[in-house]
Amino acid sequence: MYKFYETSFKNQRLSFKEKMQSISFSYVMLILLLAAIGVVMLYSAANGDWSPWALNQLIRFGLGFAVMIVLAMIDVRFFMRYAYLFYFATLVLLVIVEVSGYVGMGAQRWINLGFMKLQPSELMKIALVLALARYFHSSSLQSIETTKGLIAPTLLVMCPAVLVMTQPDLGTALMLIFTAGAMFFAVGVQLWKFGVLLLGALVSLPIAWNLLHEYQQNRVLTFLNPERDPLGAGYHIIQSKIALGSGGVFGKGFLKGTQSHLNFLPEKHTDFIFTMLSEEFGMIGAVFVVVINVLIIAYSFGFALRSTSYFGKLAAIGLATNFFLYVMINMSMVLGLIPVVGVPLPLISYGGTVILSVMASFGIILSVNVHRNINIGKD
Amino acid sequence: MNRDNDKGRVLINRSLVLGGLQLLMLLVVIVRLYYLQVYQADKYRTLSDENRISTRLLVPPRGVVYDRNGEMLATNRQNFQALIVAEQTTDVSKTLGAFKRIMPLTEAEEEKIRKDLKKNRSFVPIKIKDNLSWEEVAKIQLNAPDLPGIVIDEGLSRYYPLGEKAAHVIGYVSSVSDKDVKDDPLLEVPGFKIGKAGIEKLYEKRLRGRGGNLKLEVNAYGRVMKEIERIDGVAGERIDLSIDARLQTKAYELFGEESGAAIVLDVNSGEILSFVSVPAYDPNLLSQGLSSIEWNELNKNEKKPLMNKALAGQYSPGSTFKMVVALAALENGSINSQSRSYCSGRMFLGNHAFHCWKKEGHAYVDVVQALQHSCDIFFYETAQKLGINKIASMARKFGLGQKIDVGLENEKEGLIPDSDWKRRRFGESWQQGESLISGIGQGYILTTPIQLATMTARIANGGYLVEPTFEKMSDHNTPNLKKMPVSASNVALVKQGMFDVVNVPGGTAFGSRFDFNGLKMAGKTGTTQVRRITMKERQTGIVKQEDLPWKYRNHALFVGYAPHDNPRYAVAVLVEHGRGGSAVAAPIGGKLLLEALKLEAEDKKEAETDN
Repeated sequence: MYKFYETSFKNQRLSFKEKMQSISFSYVMLILLLAAIGVVMLYSAANGDWSPWALNQLIRFGLGFAVMIVLAMIDVRFFMRYAYLFYFATLVLLVIVEVSGYVGMGAQRWINLGFMKLQPSELMKIALVLALARYFHSSSLQSIETTKGLIAPTLLVMCPAVLVMTQPDLGTALMLIFTAGAMFFAVGVQLWKFGVLLLGALVSLPIAWNLLHEYQQNRVLTFLNPERDPLGAGYHIIQSKIALGSGGVFGKGFLKGTQSHLNFLPEKHTDFIFTMLSEEFGMIGAVFVVVINVLIIAYSFGFALRSTSYFGKLAAIGLATNFFLYVMINMSMVLGLIPVVGVPLPLISYGGTVILSVMASFGIILSVNVHRNINIGKD
Repeated sequence: MNRDNDKGRVLINRSLVLGGLQLLMLLVVIVRLYYLQVYQADKYRTLSDENRISTRLLVPPRGVVYDRNGEMLATNRQNFQALIVAEQTTDVSKTLGAFKRIMPLTEAEEEKIRKDLKKNRSFVPIKIKDNLSWEEVAKIQLNAPDLPGIVIDEGLSRYYPLGEKAAHVIGYVSSVSDKDVKDDPLLEVPGFKIGKAGIEKLYEKRLRGRGGNLKLEVNAYGRVMKEIERIDGVAGERIDLSIDARLQTKAYELFGEESGAAIVLDVNSGEILSFVSVPAYDPNLLSQGLSSIEWNELNKNEKKPLMNKALAGQYSPGSTFKMVVALAALENGSINSQSRSYCSGRMFLGNHAFHCWKKEGHAYVDVVQALQHSCDIFFYETAQKLGINKIASMARKFGLGQKIDVGLENEKEGLIPDSDWKRRRFGESWQQGESLISGIGQGYILTTPIQLATMTARIANGGYLVEPTFEKMSDHNTPNLKKMPVSASNVALVKQGMFDVVNVPGGTAFGSRFDFNGLKMAGKTGTTQVRRITMKERQTGIVKQEDLPWKYRNHALFVGYAPHDNPRYAVAVLVEHGRGGSAVAAPIGGKLLLEALKLEAEDKKEAETDN
């Protein structure tokens, strides 16, 4: 049995002060910058008011920030040790949601804890990464390269993915699958297997199409041709593109986005907040936000590569990829590159659970960096 | 251990590939941003403006129409309407209930309000009642605390101070119909009205003005957020008419219960001073919009208030045509001032008897006396000598049988027949008997009152080609009139006859004579049959006009001018089924000319005291 508090090397045990000092200052600053932009945009979304969103977001971010620092302090071996437990507990929560969840937004996604609404699917994004990281940490390259060795991790992905899909929350389900896919790729699963999977997906596409809810089908159809329904489902995409395009290079100015403030742009405080930002601050503002996100992802990858443990590396890559998917899917969706799937822009869109889960991810990534020199055995 | 190193190396290599892929994909996002925000920015900027900017037309005030003395004939009056804004009240039906207690609403009105409320968003004002009087507005404002959501709105509506008295000159305005050519975006504005008749139609373009533009910023629900830009329109032009409101009013009132038309012209300038067709409609009501019941009533009325009888009414000119016949004969040498005819009360052409209106006859009459007494036999004989074509040619020179064209709609041509016309129309040759009855203005001949007025003005001014017009001319701007090819002495002879009609005992209009400081009038009466008098009736005694139903009675006509020695005013009066020219039409014509002279004297006196 490995005990995480025991140290075999000199730097296997760090003091609180040492840990605090090894938290990457630049990384934290980038996160703070992104969150600040989010608060400013929510202030604008309410036509220049702290309520109802900006102040709430600030409070939640404060909470999330605390969670991040606490997690950063926790030894990375702790995460590995409890990865499966955490995974199964979250899976149980997902089942509970499925059975008697709180019905909101036309889909069962929350457990009402009274003081906040818990969204188990958000927790699952972290739990799955940790569980897969632990699994691959322990398995050999030979077993990874065999089909048999992939059965267990595939099940780890498919159980929550199917549950989330039936909620129905296509966006989150796809994020789980893509995150896991990226991790499969990173650990060295042969490329032809991805090819086979892709082929299988294409073949089963008609079947999957029929399994989709009508509103999901509509979203896809509307994405393929927004003019199909310019006042209904296509309205969002068309108005989003108008807002973005009319922002031009320099934007219309803070609080001056006509598309946003005259309510032509829907969901401007949640999924379409990047559109509003691009309208008010133009391409300069939009690219600035993209660059900050790129830096956060690059730093995360850097931390992963610096880590000496396989688990730490893979967990950081998985969580960074998860963050990347949030950003990529949200931006592509408001830019009209993919259908509207309802994925928020982390730290900028309004929404408590996402802040907490993203900040928790950052906390674990920071922990990987803080504890980068800790060796973890292969048990 | 070797494989473990491989496992770690694979992870690092693949992670670098993964990170590279992610960077690449985010670059795609940036390219897409460039495409939308730089490459297509103009297109989306336009679309964004189309979203937020709502352009509204500002309706310019319609031009005011004045008479020759600056009296308003058509103007704009403030119109108050009560509106309800649903979002400004907590309970719409309660507010409506309170409103009803102050001002009752019909069930149809209530139904419409409810429908409009349901159809529109809650910030859109819905009309409850319009054309509110000052008192009604005051009452609503007094009760304002009980009427949350009720708003009073001011607009402009057209007002005609003379009402029906000038209806057939000014016309009226009404909503744009499908048939109207929509050459101006103003016509698309709901509730916009355009001239549908009279001066309102003739000068529509000048009266309308040019619309302004109001650019408003609206949100996605259509609510107005702010004004972006306002370009004021150009108000409609002022129109000054030749009409004298006082004479116009007088003319209309002189008709009383009768039906007909009267026109007063300035014989030198052609300005129309008075132009009435009686009875008329109230243009104020027509401009507000009539119900179909009210329309039907106007349409069915046997006195035809919607018809402009001065232009569209075609009547036999009767004896008022005799001046033209006399002039034609004098000019062609068929008769001279000395030629006399003997009137025994009737004459024969073949077996057919032609009667004079006076059964006993007029004995020997020359042309002046024939005009004075309106002797039919003299003109039968004259017409017989002259032939129809020479009569027709002279009639046309004086404006008969063709459109005068004063710019108003629905004018009729009337009819001056000749032998060619008869051949074309019936394929038959002209009969001499037809020349005879044409000589007394009966038969095929049809004229409109405006034609008779034109004819009279051209005789009065000594044979100058004056053209009637509604445009006011300044005193120095009287047109240079062309002399017509008639000799002054012949015209003078006819005018002598017209003077005697009024001022020598035995003249048919002697009863209507006046002497205003030495100014007198000259004229000619006419009475035309609407029904044929049969042989049997002549023997048993002609039925008295008073005993006939209205629509079978004779039309009464009078044309005249004044002052007799230096004519300035010409008048033509037609009284439909008025029984007799002497009894009914001449008194109206006389009073109109006297009024014109009196007004002129008054104006002169006023001008002197002002100086």
